[in-house]
Amino acid sequence: MIKLQGVEKTLGGQHVLRGVDLEIPTGQLTTIIGPSGEGKSVMLKHMIGLLRPDRGKVLVDGVDISRLKEKELNEVRKRFAMLFQSAALFDSMNVFDNVAFPLREKRVVPDVEITRVVQDMLDRVGLGDMGHKYPAELSGGMKKRVGLARALGMGPEIILFDEPTTGLDPLMARAIHDLILSMHRVFGFTAVMVSHEIPEIFAISDWVAMLKDGKVTAMAPAEEFQRLNDPVVQEFISVDAAAVH
Amino acid sequence: MVMVQRIGAVTLFLIDEMGRMFIFLLRALAWLFRPPFRITQIIKQLHFIGFKSTFVVILTATFTGMVLALQGYYSLRKFGSEGLLGSAVALSMIRELGPVLASLMVTARAGSAMTAEIGIMRITEQIDALETMAVNPLQYLITPKMVASLLAVPLLVSIFDVVGIWGGYIVGVKLLGVGAGSYWSSIESAVEWKDVYGGILKSISFGLIVSWVCCYKGFYTSLSAEGLGKATTDAVVLTSVLILIWDYFLTSVLL
Ligand SMILES: Nc1ncnc2c1ncn2[C@@H]1O[C@H](COP(=O)(O)OP(=O)(O)OP(=O)(O)O)[C@@H](O)[C@H]1O
Ligand SMILES: [Mg+2]
Repeated sequence: MIKLQGVEKTLGGQHVLRGVDLEIPTGQLTTIIGPSGEGKSVMLKHMIGLLRPDRGKVLVDGVDISRLKEKELNEVRKRFAMLFQSAALFDSMNVFDNVAFPLREKRVVPDVEITRVVQDMLDRVGLGDMGHKYPAELSGGMKKRVGLARALGMGPEIILFDEPTTGLDPLMARAIHDLILSMHRVFGFTAVMVSHEIPEIFAISDWVAMLKDGKVTAMAPAEEFQRLNDPVVQEFISVDAAAVH
Repeated sequence: MVMVQRIGAVTLFLIDEMGRMFIFLLRALAWLFRPPFRITQIIKQLHFIGFKSTFVVILTATFTGMVLALQGYYSLRKFGSEGLLGSAVALSMIRELGPVLASLMVTARAGSAMTAEIGIMRITEQIDALETMAVNPLQYLITPKMVASLLAVPLLVSIFDVVGIWGGYIVGVKLLGVGAGSYWSSIESAVEWKDVYGGILKSISFGLIVSWVCCYKGFYTSLSAEGLGKATTDAVVLTSVLILIWDYFLTSVLL
């Protein structure tokens, strides 16, 4: 289980996280919403130890990962995968090698098996015949899907998705949501997703949390979240819904 | 008062930067001795730093040797000792110009590219992505570049030396009429193994400086296109300056 306790972080002179308290339920899909620039990506990066809090704790199964040495932290990280908002594909490798990279690094599965898994993942994100292309030759949405294939292919216990559907057309966005949901059901990984896709996220998430002014101001099961009697939440989800429709 | 404060601030910044650079170097070198050894990465980097620099190294070496012979010929002729032209060219090549000029060419060609490549990986979060996959970015990206440049620069310098001596031969013997026999025999009698070792030692340390400074500047680039541009310029300037300073110290020790 991932748990943030009083996490504070200042970046570039800006107090981004101002005491985040959040518990991510194991094996469930939790979506984090909130205005742009509030620190959602920064929060995800704390969960996997890319950023260390100035104050507070980041607990993974009770261990404060912000205090771990690199070697121990890497052991924890092997349980994670992350889809970056920018996809963060390796531009020196083609699509196939990008997806295969983490599997080859782990050195637990034989090459034949890696090829099979990678091809399967690329098929699932609709890029089965794009393996030979380089990231520079892909559109933004295609990069996102390669990043998603890379994260899902690792078969981790916990996956952090930073805006998996931003930049995709509505049909593709739905397909990606369906993919995440079905993989989640099959493999039961813990999923933390940052998304602006309101209202779709209420249908696929187990939990929804809202980040506002550097804090998690609301968290509830998805069905209840929409009915929360919180003016900030109501304003945010109704404005977004109005914008979508 | 303001002046003093500013000097203090700059000094602190420099000490801080130097400390970070040394820690970076030590951490990268530590991965030389720990698996996984990135053979494929090293070969790729050898190709990029070494093989792809051969053309420009040969080109500059030819002209350096030619101009050395030209200058040397007219200086030596005043004393009637044109016969020593070969040794003058070979010694300046092997001791000084080969290591320094070849390393400066590698800095301009491969060093700046290293900074840019690593800097872009930093800006586009590829380095973060490596970390999330429990891959140490120093071990995966930096150490192979250091190994490759430690191997490639001495080889390029050797090529530079040989080509430069032949460049001197073309001008001295073919154009200016120095005897071929005296050109080669003066080299044979003047160049000692000590000169060659000294040159190799220099080129190994320059190879380290190139990859160290250029990788460091890229790794800690500020996160904008402008910042990366500045990092690249800084890397090339700092590497070149360090090479020349270090060259002076090494020479004074080796002589
Ligand atoms: N490395 C950094 N250095 C300085 N400031 C940063 C850094 N990373 C993030 N920030 C700042 O932290 C704030 C939060 O950024 P973050 O990327 O987490 O926003 P976000 O909630 O993910 O927004 P979006 O929905 O647009 O992705 C921003 O104001 C940003 O300027
Ligand atoms: Mg973000």
